[in-house]
Amino acid sequence: MAEKSGADILVECLLDLGVEVVFGYPGGAVLPIYDALFNHPTIKHVLVRHEQGATHMAEGYARSTGKPGVVLVTSGPGATNAVTGITDALMDSIPMVVITGQVPTQLIGTDAFQEADTVGITRHCTKHNYLVKDPARLAGVIHEAFHIATTGRPGPVVIDIPKNVQIATAPYKRPEPVAHASYHPQTKADAAGIDSAVEMLAAAERPVFYTGGGVINSGPEASTLLREIAALTGAPVTSTLMGLGAYPATGPQWLGMLGMHGTYEANYAMNQADLIICVGARFDDRVTGRLDAFAPGSRKVHIDIDRSSINKIVDVDVAIVADVGSALADMIALWKARGHEAANLSGWWAQIDGWRAKKSLDYAENATDIMPQRAIADLYTACTATGKDIIITTEVGQHQMWAAQHFGFDAPNKWLTSGGLGTMGYGFPAAIGAQMGNPDSLVICVAGDASIQMNIQEMGTASQYRLPVKIFILNNEYMGMVRQWQELTYQSRYSNSYSDSLPDFVKLAEAYGWTGIRIDGPADLESGIRAMIDTPGPVIVDCRVAKLSNCFPMIPSGAAHTEMLLDPSQVKGSMTDEAKALV
Amino acid sequence: MHIQEELNQRHVLSLTVSNEAGILARIAGLFTARGYNIDSLTVADITPDHGVSRITIVTSGPPKVIDQIMAQLDRLVPVHKVTDLTESGPFVERELALVKVAGIGEDRIEALRLADVFRAKVVDTTIESFIFEITGTTDKVDNFVGLMRQIGLVEVGRTGVVGLIRGKDAI
Ligand SMILES: Cc1ncc(C[n+]2csc(CCOP(=O)(O)OP(=O)(O)O)c2C)c(N)n1
Ligand SMILES: [Mg+2]
Repeated sequence: MAEKSGADILVECLLDLGVEVVFGYPGGAVLPIYDALFNHPTIKHVLVRHEQGATHMAEGYARSTGKPGVVLVTSGPGATNAVTGITDALMDSIPMVVITGQVPTQLIGTDAFQEADTVGITRHCTKHNYLVKDPARLAGVIHEAFHIATTGRPGPVVIDIPKNVQIATAPYKRPEPVAHASYHPQTKADAAGIDSAVEMLAAAERPVFYTGGGVINSGPEASTLLREIAALTGAPVTSTLMGLGAYPATGPQWLGMLGMHGTYEANYAMNQADLIICVGARFDDRVTGRLDAFAPGSRKVHIDIDRSSINKIVDVDVAIVADVGSALADMIALWKARGHEAANLSGWWAQIDGWRAKKSLDYAENATDIMPQRAIADLYTACTATGKDIIITTEVGQHQMWAAQHFGFDAPNKWLTSGGLGTMGYGFPAAIGAQMGNPDSLVICVAGDASIQMNIQEMGTASQYRLPVKIFILNNEYMGMVRQWQELTYQSRYSNSYSDSLPDFVKLAEAYGWTGIRIDGPADLESGIRAMIDTPGPVIVDCRVAKLSNCFPMIPSGAAHTEMLLDPSQVKGSMTDEAKALV
Repeated sequence: MHIQEELNQRHVLSLTVSNEAGILARIAGLFTARGYNIDSLTVADITPDHGVSRITIVTSGPPKVIDQIMAQLDRLVPVHKVTDLTESGPFVERELALVKVAGIGEDRIEALRLADVFRAKVVDTTIESFIFEITGTTDKVDNFVGLMRQIGLVEVGRTGVVGLIRGKDAI
């Protein structure tokens, strides 16, 4: 059998695995791989400006297409720069394979130039990782890495390849799928759990579906099934930040997002429910608030592909370890087989309508300032009017929460945000990745003035690959979310949360060959948004919004769902030490 | 404000894992990263091809934390099987210790007498010292070491616990 170099084996495997795009940055320890990719006819390499950018692009690509994102970086600083994005992908269960160059095997452990212990550093921020010291093992490892990254609970996998292994040769033939010795994620639910869940659902008087990112990860079919089971049972649906779009925001049973910045009706429904069906969510602290007051009178069913998510934070009555889509299909089949009908939930809905009447997302407006919520609402209206496929990414902060609250998502894979890690600098590269995977979609990054600066260098990447991404900055001249917490907790001592010395974003746009638009006041808002959408290439919009707006509703850390702050009048400006100590 | 602590229970966990580079770091690191306790950890390969190792971990925590530890270990890719010996019926646990004791005269005789009671073996001796080898449960070894401390304990080496479920079946 003809032998191939490690680098060629890698490229061959990527082809076999259907990889179309690699986000990367070259360096000494990956030169053989870059040579193998030189002018490659089918694998497109996107040259980023910083390795963190590559990881978030891969995440954006993966989240919006359902395919794994692939990253290629050099040893040492290339690998360490990728760590934030790898951790982000772990927290949000994004399938990603990161290939890192390493110093040659004989130099490992000698503090060689650009040596870092990549497998050591990434051991706990990956689903799994490998150091491959033999080119003959490379093909098997790469195929296994993609399998692990994309199955079960998806996540990032790192493959560290020493430079001499990229050059040394080994026989290559496409590996046959083999059963893994120890990795067997459970995807099909046990019948008993499905049975209990269906019977509890049929008997419930105040049920709620609490859905999360697992529904998105399971694939579009899972969203369809969620809609079906919601329709069959008539139960209301809420979602975490990560799950938005799985159930349509325009759907009749939609309560809005739950949790710290969730709606009044979503959080009260959780608090008063007699049955919570948790579908691919993980009872995160941003969702539960104070644990001993979380959904006190309810029984709980938890569907999750990761057994370690079950009973981790909240004890549940029925645990269903399975792929969400598969479990929902089983539940629907059994519901129909038993001839169940939707119960009369009119009392429950009347209660919910009472909470809805609070209009918890409302905000006061004035003639001079653009309210950030209004900017998002107008963006939503304008986007919907285009009839195009819309993908929204966000950075992290108030703007992220306002986007989650005021932009409506009707389909999965259209909302890309950093939930678990809350990584500022995620949104813009994620938009580039999403645009790579969805060339015809309108991809908009809703950003903050501070966050956007964390990976702003990627403007060059968008220019180079002619990607028409839009950055819509809600510029409040503050790290608004930090400022809000300081207002709530530290009597408005705004320690280091003012965005001083901001660049002129319009000039910056021009410097990179983009279009820059400034929106100064309410009168320009609609036209500015329209101009952004109508401009063919990449556009940055500096939308000047009210500087001191706060994001409401808000359940302060450690408070119960029923202790929600609805407007500024409820802010005291100080907190107990116990509350201050929470994140 | 003061930090609250929870009540702990001792559990012996037995894992089979693929014997690959970094596996120990992966497991030990999981315990540190998630703030779980390790009282002892032993590892050795157990198959003719050296492909699989058994790791025995003695840990402690509230029941909910033990359940999390099991689930977290189980989702590591190279982990084949995790069993909580403490929960899965009667089991045998042993550890081995080497205990060096120095002394002369009556102390020497007392040390030998106690060793006999504990069925510890003398594996090295000089005119002024013994090294005893003792095998047993952690409690038994603790007791023996405690008594030797009163006689003239010099130092101790312990293997940590290994355990197997009783009866004819594998776990
Ligand atoms: C990498 C990183 N560093 C720090 C933080 C903490 N943090 C959360 S929100 C925020 C402020 C974000 O400001 P901006 O991007 O302007 O958004 P705004 O809240 O004003 O909408 C900061 C510093 C973070 N989430 N990520
Ligand atoms: Mg800001």
